[in-house]
Amino acid sequence: MTMAGEAEGAGGIRADIACGRLPLDAYLDNFSDIHPALGRHEAKIESDRCYFCYDAPCVKACPTAIDIPLFIRKISTGNVDGAAATIFAANILGGMCARVCPTETLCEEACVRNTAEDKPVTIGLLQRHATDAYMAAHATFGQRKAPTGRRVAVVGAGPAGLACAHALALEGHDVTIFEARPKPGGLNEYGIAAYKAVGGFAQHEVDFVTAIGGITIETGKALGRDLSLAGLAADFDAVFLGMGLSGVNALGLAGEAGEGVVDAVDWIAVLRQAEDRASVPVGRRVVVVGGGMTAIDAAVQAKKLGAEEVTIVYRRGEEAMNASPYERDLARKAGVLIRTFLRPVSLGFVDGHVDHVVVERTRLDVAGRPLGTGETLTLPADQVMKAIGQTIGDKAPFAGGVALEAGRVRVDAAFRTSMPKVWAGGDCTGVGEDLTVVAVAQGKAAAASIHAALAG
Amino acid sequence: MADLTTSFCGIKSPNPFWLASAPPTDKQYNVERAYREGWGGVVWKTLGEGPEIVNVSGPRYDGIHAADRRLIAFTNIELITDRPLDVNLCEIAAVKKNWPDRALVVSLMVPCEEASWRAILPLVEATGADGIELNFGCPHGMSERGMGSAVGQVPDYIEMVVRWCKQYTRMPVITKLTPNITDIRYPARAALKGGSDAVSLVNTVSSIMSVDLDLFAPTPTVDGKGSHGGMCGPAIKPIALNMVAEIARDPATRGLPISGIGGITTWRDAAEFIALGAGNVQVCTAAMTYGFRIVKEMIDGLSDWMDTKGYTSIDDFRGRAVPNVTDWQYLNLDYVAKARIDQDLCIKCGRCHIACEDTSHQAITAMVDGRRHFEVIDAECVGCNLCVNVCPVENCITMQPLTSGTDPRTGRPVGGYRNWTMHPNNPMAKTAAERESR
Ligand SMILES: Cc1cc2nc3c(=O)[nH]c(=O)nc-3n(C[C@H](O)[C@H](O)[C@H](O)COP(=O)(O)OP(=O)(O)OC[C@H]3O[C@@H](n4cnc5c(N)ncnc54)[C@H](O)[C@@H]3O)c2cc1C
Ligand SMILES: Cc1cc2nc3c(=O)[nH]c(=O)nc-3n(C[C@H](O)[C@H](O)[C@H](O)COP(=O)(O)O)c2cc1C
Ligand code: SF4
Repeated sequence: MTMAGEAEGAGGIRADIACGRLPLDAYLDNFSDIHPALGRHEAKIESDRCYFCYDAPCVKACPTAIDIPLFIRKISTGNVDGAAATIFAANILGGMCARVCPTETLCEEACVRNTAEDKPVTIGLLQRHATDAYMAAHATFGQRKAPTGRRVAVVGAGPAGLACAHALALEGHDVTIFEARPKPGGLNEYGIAAYKAVGGFAQHEVDFVTAIGGITIETGKALGRDLSLAGLAADFDAVFLGMGLSGVNALGLAGEAGEGVVDAVDWIAVLRQAEDRASVPVGRRVVVVGGGMTAIDAAVQAKKLGAEEVTIVYRRGEEAMNASPYERDLARKAGVLIRTFLRPVSLGFVDGHVDHVVVERTRLDVAGRPLGTGETLTLPADQVMKAIGQTIGDKAPFAGGVALEAGRVRVDAAFRTSMPKVWAGGDCTGVGEDLTVVAVAQGKAAAASIHAALAG
Repeated sequence: MADLTTSFCGIKSPNPFWLASAPPTDKQYNVERAYREGWGGVVWKTLGEGPEIVNVSGPRYDGIHAADRRLIAFTNIELITDRPLDVNLCEIAAVKKNWPDRALVVSLMVPCEEASWRAILPLVEATGADGIELNFGCPHGMSERGMGSAVGQVPDYIEMVVRWCKQYTRMPVITKLTPNITDIRYPARAALKGGSDAVSLVNTVSSIMSVDLDLFAPTPTVDGKGSHGGMCGPAIKPIALNMVAEIARDPATRGLPISGIGGITTWRDAAEFIALGAGNVQVCTAAMTYGFRIVKEMIDGLSDWMDTKGYTSIDDFRGRAVPNVTDWQYLNLDYVAKARIDQDLCIKCGRCHIACEDTSHQAITAMVDGRRHFEVIDAECVGCNLCVNVCPVENCITMQPLTSGTDPRTGRPVGGYRNWTMHPNNPMAKTAAERESR
């Protein structure tokens, strides 16, 4: 099935965006678990490798400060549920984090085994081993304290909102989560690469978190559209904003809205929600613009859907990319070409459908900024994916209440916004890296601050 | 959540995990750190009478390590506390005041003279400590001066000193035993006879850890010479378990509270000591290896296991293994088990084959129909368990009892019961009427 434009363009061939490029079982293979779970024996052997370091560097490197050596030791003595309890007490989304954390730049980068033999303890896989076993046997984690009668509104059911809600529910407060999308989970459900969270794990985890009780999720309710900040502040004892980033940066080129040019995040959301991967259209030749996790994920998944040529173009050198060496390697192994020191200068269309991208070579000036050199080349493209960063998007929800700074919600050290009774955490704030685990840590820290305020 | 609290000869503790008398319990600073991490009790580092002890200033510890530098055994040539008695007593009183819910027992070692014991006991009692432990175990240094294991090796001395203690203090008396003796039941019986409220065991095992082949001297080496030390840690756990079991099943000491010590590193080790009758456990090497935080795993693991098993208190399973400890002569010689290799788990390393082939009964194949394949030959397997122990994969090889038919190795029917006392090959075999009960 070809849904492409008809005319021939610079590529010499007709623009080609199609579904079902691969035999059916290839999709199963391509989108299976990227890191298969450890078996009992593997986990036992691996757990034995942990030195139970004092003041362990891995714990320091974990934004949620999970007591890693303790949970690993519990695995080694056969107390797997206890290991999971150690993890969940610090990070209620420990199951997802075990799957999506760039451990190579977090805990595993810090592991002393790197010094010993260049091979860290595989902390992420061990964490997954413990949390999977626990989640298979238990409906939830934790025991609520007696109800306090206090009510908190959480906006956004992503990692930040869920972590905040669980921590508040534990303290006995009642939480209502308002979520704009039809499903909870945030980017866990709509953004994370499909092969990192297979088998409906994101929804299973939402159920696990909310089964503690005292948490209601209302989907299809958007702040700014169905609800106002003033209204929430009046109706609830406290408000937490965990809205993530809804907008994306534009390339600033003519024709950007044309056919075949997509926001990578939106395209991934379609892929994540597709029941059948074969139904997701992908270009034959795809150009992805950007240098972060989103660019890598879009490129790799395009390749896994059967795109013939996938090229990432990035305007600086490889070492400046936000994507870690591990992720770049993953992309290369999937067959993605990473081209650096190139920036798009125009998009070419044939019959309204994108046909090529003109890119200009760059070099860095003394301040490290990329400058155009004037030398251009043309990359044929049936599909162009924009992945040059997310933004907070529509600012209307914040109007008249919460101050922004550099395009994100301004928060203090306790995650309070400029508006009384309103806290924020996760990607929508200006602090910390945009990672699932950081969102969890901030949601939890905000909950502690909210709890203290409610108690005080 | 299982209830982990214990009352050990009247001394209450929130959990059965105590720190044994050793460097971790030598000071207020350490002990309070330990309590903060969750230890239920401590036995203070052994106090003696002045003048203060002098320790060596060279190396006093040494260890044996597994391939990954995991500490398997540890040794020391350290003496009792080298801090002034009054400093220790002041700190003990302060700690007890700050931590009233934790157990605090004071270990003592003074010369084998009534006056010495009579002098020190009231001082300890005045601190508010919960009890005393008599160190009759230390096998080096102090024993040369007629104390420690020099007392522990003579049951009459044990009985005498315990009696003095019972006479001069109201505090419960725990007698700590040395394993450096042929039959542990004698010192335990002597302690009970003297009136001891409990025994604790084991102290360290006399040992030379290694020989430095450049210096030709034992390690740890102090200025070219070494002295035997006291070994502890995971390697001594089997010795300690046996001694605890011997006392637990000795009719003469039945019911005497036992504090289990020796190589306890995980919750599982502790559960095993308790199953053999210990009322609580004491730990030294694991804490010295990993720090006090290790107790968190012990508490959580024990509690989790008890929950799974449905035990609500320590007493629910304490001593449950004692009736199953028996003498060899009562083991069933008609019980037949064969090794079974789970082919799905087998990683085909071949270690079971070569161990059995070279050193045992040639009962495991290496090749079947030209394929690398490891399988037990029932007609050769004597059920010895060697392969189970050399296999690197847990539960890949298991021993499975035969329940019916005949043993393909001997041709004898299985499922009967004959122990050595009734076996035809035993010239001393007793007739049915003479036979002892199982
Ligand atoms: C493609 C992609 C891949 C990624 N891969 C990884 C990875 O592998 N590992 C990793 O650690 N991180 C990854 N990240 C980053 C990570 O997903 C985010 O940092 C994390 O999800 C942030 O959590 P959050 O709760 O702040 O926001 P989100 O997960 O974005 O959740 C915000 C929620 O708020 C809702 N919302 C927004 N506006 C409103 C409104 N007005 N009213 C009501 N609800 C609203 C949204 O619908 C959403 O459900 C990735 C991000 C992207 C885009
Ligand atoms: C360095 C060191 C010093 C010790 N000093 C004492 C002591 O003063 N009094 C005592 O009763 N036991 C002493 N012990 C023995 C321990 O209390 C304990 O009985 C022994 O280490 C076995 O337990 P473990 O295997 O858990 O280490 C000492 C042990 C070590 C390692
Ligand atoms: S750094 Fe590595 S070895 Fe040390 S505690 Fe963490 S996981 Fe274990």
